[in-house]
Amino acid sequence: MTVVAAETATPEAHDVGAHGGHPATNTGVSNDKLAMWAFLGSECLLFGALISTYFLYRGRSIVGPSPKQVYDIPYTSVSSFVLLMSSLTMVLALSAIQRGDQRRLRIWLIATAMLGATFIGGQVYEFTSFIREGLTLKTNLFGSSFFVLTGFHGVHVTVGILMLLSLANLSARGKLPQAKSEVIEIAGLYWHFVDVVWIVIFTVVYLIPSPALHGHV
Amino acid sequence: MSTETSHADASSAVEAHLSEPGEHGAHPTDAKYIKIAMILAAITAVEVGVSYIKRLGAGGPPILLILAAIKFGMVAAYFMHLKFDHVWLRRVFLTGIILAAIVYTIVFLMFGVFQNRIHA
Repeated sequence: MTVVAAETATPEAHDVGAHGGHPATNTGVSNDKLAMWAFLGSECLLFGALISTYFLYRGRSIVGPSPKQVYDIPYTSVSSFVLLMSSLTMVLALSAIQRGDQRRLRIWLIATAMLGATFIGGQVYEFTSFIREGLTLKTNLFGSSFFVLTGFHGVHVTVGILMLLSLANLSARGKLPQAKSEVIEIAGLYWHFVDVVWIVIFTVVYLIPSPALHGHV
Repeated sequence: MSTETSHADASSAVEAHLSEPGEHGAHPTDAKYIKIAMILAAITAVEVGVSYIKRLGAGGPPILLILAAIKFGMVAAYFMHLKFDHVWLRRVFLTGIILAAIVYTIVFLMFGVFQNRIHA
């Protein structure tokens, strides 16, 4: 990444401590943070591809079940609310470490992980109920694009949960001092990104009605 | 111009860049974060309500997309601190979003999504 390469050669550029514990850079931005933003920018393309595929295949299935037959909007709305609130607990964890409050940091990190786990539990339940109703990855275009899109998102949430639990563990062992608050900020960026992707998926996939099935009256 | 002068110009340009508005601004307080989360929850409730209003017909999806865009923007601006952090971070993320929008708009055009649906 060319922007990351902007950290250059002057000895001053490698001084530590100029920006909250991370080495000063010529760009004035922490390289770790910039790298995470670049990664999230690339993730926009990945999820863009998956959401576009779902959108292209909408209403093109020739056999059921259709989205209307399987979706449970109130249930998914609660799941969405849970994930949205996990963004709040994540940002409160960052706020806690910036104040040097290790106890609250751990509480909010674990709360965020638990909310994430609740979301994933909800997704597992939703997937199994869809399968019971006859919708699998191979049933029709809707099934394929739906499971791939939401499954990829679920994997991202799961990775985020593991990250949060690891950070809570590091904090408990005293290896996450206030000076390293940027680590929490970067993990938080990932977590919030997973949340904003779900904001789009919830609207495009669940709330916007799909056209009727081909061949169905 | 001497070399010293051009070095001075370069460093003042860097300093001017680093002091761009929005760089390392103060993050919101916990109370403000909670307020933002409540607004986000309220918008989600409105979205779900809108999805049940059959009378909106073709007007429903644009409303839902606007509400989703507002939520996306609020999370990115406040929770991800894009509103307060260095402008470069915003640019890097926007590059990804804009690139994705361009690429997939082209894909949609190729598949005729904006025209009448192609029936096999």
